[in-house]
Amino acid sequence: MKRFNIRRRLSIILLTFIAAVFAIGFLMPTVLTLANSFMTQKEITANYGSVFGDATASSSMGWGNTNTAVTSYIGETVNLKLIPDMVSLEQYTTVLIKSPEYLLKFWNSVIFVVPIVVFQVLIAAFASYSFAFFKGRLKNLMFFLYVILMLMPYQVTLVPNYLVADWLGTLDTRWAIWLPGIFAPFSVFILTKYMRRIPYAYLEAAKLDGAGHWAMFRKICLPLCSSALASVAILVFIDYWNMVEQPLILLANEELHPLSVYLSKINSGEVGLAFAVASIYLIPTLLIFLFGEEYLVEGITYSGGVKG
Amino acid sequence: MKSFFHRANNSIKDHFVSAAFLAPSLIGVLIFFVIPFGVVIFYSLVNNPVAKDFVGLENFVAIIGNQAFQTAAKNTAVFSGIAVPLAVILGLFLALLLDCKIPCRSQFRTFFLCPMMVPVASIVLIWRVFFDQNGVVNLLLANFGVEQIDWLKSEYSRYVIIILFLWKNLGYNMILFMAALNNIPNDILEMSTLEGAGSIKKFWYIKLPYLVSSIVFVTILSLINSFKVFREVYLLTGDYPYGDLYLLQHFMNNMFRSLDYQKLSTAAILMCIVVVILIGIMFIVDNKAGKDIEG
Repeated sequence: MKRFNIRRRLSIILLTFIAAVFAIGFLMPTVLTLANSFMTQKEITANYGSVFGDATASSSMGWGNTNTAVTSYIGETVNLKLIPDMVSLEQYTTVLIKSPEYLLKFWNSVIFVVPIVVFQVLIAAFASYSFAFFKGRLKNLMFFLYVILMLMPYQVTLVPNYLVADWLGTLDTRWAIWLPGIFAPFSVFILTKYMRRIPYAYLEAAKLDGAGHWAMFRKICLPLCSSALASVAILVFIDYWNMVEQPLILLANEELHPLSVYLSKINSGEVGLAFAVASIYLIPTLLIFLFGEEYLVEGITYSGGVKG
Repeated sequence: MKSFFHRANNSIKDHFVSAAFLAPSLIGVLIFFVIPFGVVIFYSLVNNPVAKDFVGLENFVAIIGNQAFQTAAKNTAVFSGIAVPLAVILGLFLALLLDCKIPCRSQFRTFFLCPMMVPVASIVLIWRVFFDQNGVVNLLLANFGVEQIDWLKSEYSRYVIIILFLWKNLGYNMILFMAALNNIPNDILEMSTLEGAGSIKKFWYIKLPYLVSSIVFVTILSLINSFKVFREVYLLTGDYPYGDLYLLQHFMNNMFRSLDYQKLSTAAILMCIVVVILIGIMFIVDNKAGKDIEG
């Protein structure tokens, strides 16, 4: 019995160790982003100059660059530091005060994402109620169609999206992003699978009490699905908060571009700035995670399987 | 679980109600995805968008013979073929790991989910810091006398992107599996413990059959996400990356740029056909597995 206990304890230590190794790997980029955002541009250049090159020195010149034109020091090798030499808000002041365009793009992102999340989830909730509680051959076929559409990589829907935007005259306006986003089938898939698990007895009882479908939808279905709705909303938010392809193709007017696109265009010379912007950009996601992680986990508890 | 509701009342009124609930979504999906997709099919069957002469399968024959398309299709297939199974297996592994009685489980869960919130641009910067010619990985390997290489322009480039994909998606897959593990009735597990089943046997004969449905689900989501990795690849390496990283999405993107709608539409439809077949297979697997458990 005692030997068994020791073996057990050893295996738990080993498993914890494995989990810790994974955790470090998963956390590293997040921590690095935050840590780097508090470094001065000088320190960034010193640490990463060998990778990105300096703003004034071409990166092709490689490392060990002592170009006389460059006054800032570039480290011989890349230097990974989790704690800045000196915590500095230099990058943040640049982003927040000196260059208002970042805040403008941030606002653009918000304007794109909020309506898409709200309306996609709402419309999907209606459709899922129909898919989950009414049957028919045509229904199954349509659900399969939704799954297929959901799976298509963006490059496949690119031409359709472009064509429709062109017909509707929404090209180069926010509607070109909003409309396809709002009707994207992803939430329908997840919510339908969740709703199919709602015990029939609940609805039966409501029906006996004389409730119509609208009442059943609002008073039974939605409350029971609240965690699934939250979890889908989180996923949709993350997806559109980080969109890059859609605006690049549908919006020629760069003033409308969200920060995700703008951020990915920040070039090598402004790496420090990019980290600060990225840190600001991940704050909304971080908040959503802090308050919504439980929902994310709960909401998908019953949603395994394709057919539900 | 069967929904009895369905058969119990298929009155005409119910049909109307059902249609009303579905309508907003369906109309949107038809206008924004299905109808334009019909146009794409039309494009793939004509010689050019102006003359619109019907050429049958000529475009398909041409594109299957196209060198760039072949490379792109092969690379995409190899990438998804390696990355998706790994994402499913490792995701399940992490879920089982956190299912054991190790300390700080909820903290570990949060840590594993962290990658989901890092903005793409930041991921790209960090990956460059690690895998650049002068990056951290080379620095570490130099201690062992390994020569410095530019990872994203080497034969290992594919694996660098696979690591990125796994890093980004494992946490979510893990959550899905954790949810499924929670759904396994406890009494069955306890009974098997009493009967002396070891943890491996328990996994193989009891947990796994309950997980089939989730495995299918996670596979589908991983497949979607494996197509989305293009975003990172594109930002890391641009329009024409190193051979192994040239994906179908690059091909389509470049066709879109050069306004070659024929090639683009044809490639899109071929890709669509493959995806439909894959999902069809998964639906069948899921149906069979579902019957096994329900008895």
